[in-house]
Amino acid sequence: MQINYNFAFFDESSKREIRRATLKAIAVPGYQVPFASREMPIARGWGTGGLQLTLSLVGLDDIVKVIDQGSDESVNAVSIKKLVQNTTDIRTTDETAKATLIQSRHRVPEIPLRAGQILVLQVPMPEPLRMYEPREAETKKLHAEKEYSGAWLMLFEQIMNYGSMTTGADHPVMVHDRYVMAPSPIPKFDNAKLNSSEALILLGAGREKKIYAVPPYTKVVSLDFEDYPFETESFEDRSCRLCGSTGVFMDELYDDASGTAYFQCNDTSYCLERMNEQSWREGAESR
Amino acid sequence: MIQMEQPMISVQHLNKQFGPGCPHCMNPASRKLYKNFCTVCHTVYSCQDVSFDLYPGEIIGVVGESGSGKSTMMRCLYFDQEATSGEVYLQAYKDGIRNLFAESTQQKRYIRNHLMGKVYQNPMLGLRMDFTSIGNIAEKMIAAGSRRVSEMEDRGMELLEKVHIPLHRIKEAPKHFSGGMQQRVQIAKALSNRPPVLLLDEVTTGLDLSVQASVLDLIKALQRELGISIVLVSHDLGVVRMLADRTLVMLDGKVVEEGLTDQILEDPQEAYTQQLVHSLL
Ligand SMILES: Nc1ncnc2c1ncn2[C@@H]1O[C@H](COP(=O)(O)OP(=O)(O)O)[C@@H](O)[C@H]1O
Ligand SMILES: [Mg+2]
Ligand SMILES: [Zn+2]
Ligand SMILES: [Zn+2]
Repeated sequence: MQINYNFAFFDESSKREIRRATLKAIAVPGYQVPFASREMPIARGWGTGGLQLTLSLVGLDDIVKVIDQGSDESVNAVSIKKLVQNTTDIRTTDETAKATLIQSRHRVPEIPLRAGQILVLQVPMPEPLRMYEPREAETKKLHAEKEYSGAWLMLFEQIMNYGSMTTGADHPVMVHDRYVMAPSPIPKFDNAKLNSSEALILLGAGREKKIYAVPPYTKVVSLDFEDYPFETESFEDRSCRLCGSTGVFMDELYDDASGTAYFQCNDTSYCLERMNEQSWREGAESR
Repeated sequence: MIQMEQPMISVQHLNKQFGPGCPHCMNPASRKLYKNFCTVCHTVYSCQDVSFDLYPGEIIGVVGESGSGKSTMMRCLYFDQEATSGEVYLQAYKDGIRNLFAESTQQKRYIRNHLMGKVYQNPMLGLRMDFTSIGNIAEKMIAAGSRRVSEMEDRGMELLEKVHIPLHRIKEAPKHFSGGMQQRVQIAKALSNRPPVLLLDEVTTGLDLSVQASVLDLIKALQRELGISIVLVSHDLGVVRMLADRTLVMLDGKVVEEGLTDQILEDPQEAYTQQLVHSLL
C-alpha cells in the first residue's frame, strides 16, 4: 500500500506556520521563537527540530545535504535524508558546495558556506541559561532584560573547577550584541564560522519547540573573560591521515594494529573531496 | 549628632498589600482589620505606612513577631517584590533624589547589583547551592560588570577569608556546608561589590546558639571595619539588642515604636513592645 503524503510531509498550513516562526527568528537574531513542534515519524531528540525547518523550506529546486557529526553516511543522517527524499523527490548530495540546504547535527561544514545557502542545525537544548535557571518564565525575563550574568557565571565555574573554559561544544555566543544563544553542540572550532556567515543559519529544537536564527552577516561573538579569552580546539601540528588537510576539525582515532593515535578530518565529505582532487591532479600529471 | 547627616536610605510611607482591597479596607485611616487582614475581601496589608531613615554607618534593627511584615519590607527594598506604594531614596544613587521604586527594571537591577547586598534567612534564596562558593560571590561581581576572572577570584578569596571560610573549601558548593557557613557565604556575597547598604533578614534564625553568636560577632566586626549601613531584621529582640543602634518595632505591618535600642529596652512605651521586652528577660 502506498501512503500519500503532502509534498514535504506536512500540510501546507503547518509549513506556513513553521516558516512564520522562522521569519520572526530571522528578524530577531538569536532570539528563541516558540513554535508548535509537530509529531514526526522519527523520535524527538533525533533531529525533529531541524527536520521540521528543512521540510518547511525545501522546494522542488533544492538540493539537500544531511550530516551527522560530520558524516553524511551515519544511520541518522541517512534516515533523515531518506525521509526528505521520500516525501519530496528532490535531489540530495554529499557535496557541501552543491547543496542549497544543509541540515546538520553538531558540525558546520569545513567548506565555507556561501550566500544563498541555508544551514539548518539540530538543537537538543536551545536555552543557554537553562543550567543556571531551570524555570522557562525566568530565563525569558533574563533574555528580555539582557541579563546574562548566568552565562558568564557558568564559564567562571568551569574555570574554577577545571582551570579553563571546558565547554567542548555548545559554547555560548552573543548574537548581534543582543541575545546570548546556544549554538547547538558544535565544537568551539566551528563558532567562528557563525560570525558574519554568508549563509543563513537556522537552528531548530523539536522537543523544546524553539526556532532561532543567525541571518547572513550577523556578528556572533563567543563569550569569554578578559584574562581567559575564548580558545578553540587546536589541531595546529596535526594533519589528516587520509587527505593531508591541516587547519580543520579532526577526530583523534586509534590504530589498534600499530597501537598509535592518528588524526582524520571529522567532515567526511570534505575529506573525500580533497582526496578526489588529489587523485585527479595526480592522474592529470601522469597523463 | 548623627541626625544632622543625610540619611543613607530614607523609606517613606511604604505600603505592600496582597489583594485588591474593598470599600471596607481601602481607607488607611478608617480600615478595620483582623491583624493585617481584611475579613471582608481577604486582602492582606503586609506593610502599612512604614517610614524610617537609616544613617551612614548605622545598624537599624527591625523586630516583631512572625507575620508582622519584616520580610515583606525587606523584599520591597531589594526589589524582590514590588511595593504597592511608597518611596525610598538612596544617598548613593543619584544623590538620593530619585524614588527607587519609580526607577526602571534595569536601574533597579543596577541598584541591587552595585549598591545593595542582601542576606536571606533561607540560604536557598541567596545562594546557588550547587555552584562553587567563590562562584556565588563572582555572580554578583559579574552582574555588576566584572569580566576579569583574576579580579573576582582575588576578591572572592579575600571575602571568604573575612567570613572565616577555610581557603581549601572555597570551591565547594554551599550545599555541603553547615547552616552557619552558608550564612557566612551569603554575607561574603552580599559584600562583594562594597555596597553602602546591607539588608539582613533573620540571618541567624534557625542556627544553633553558639553559631548564632559567631555570625553576629562577624556582622559587628564587618560593620565596624567597612562602615556599612545595615538594616537588621529579626523576630528575636535578643539579636537586635546585640547589634542595633536604633530599633523599629513592627506589628501587623505597622511600625508601632521606634527609638534608640537601649531606650526601647529600658523604657518601652507601647504595650506590645513592653510584652516583647518582658519576654526577653
Ligand atoms: N505572597 C503573599 N500573599 C499573601 N500574603 C502574603 C504574601 N507574602 C506575605 N504575606 C503575608 O504578609 C504578612 C507579613 O509576612 P512577612 O513579611 O513574611 O512577615 P515576617 O517576616 O515579619 O514574619 C503575613 O501575614 C504573610 O502571611
Ligand atoms: Mg520573615
Ligand atoms: Zn581528511
Ligand atoms: Zn477589604
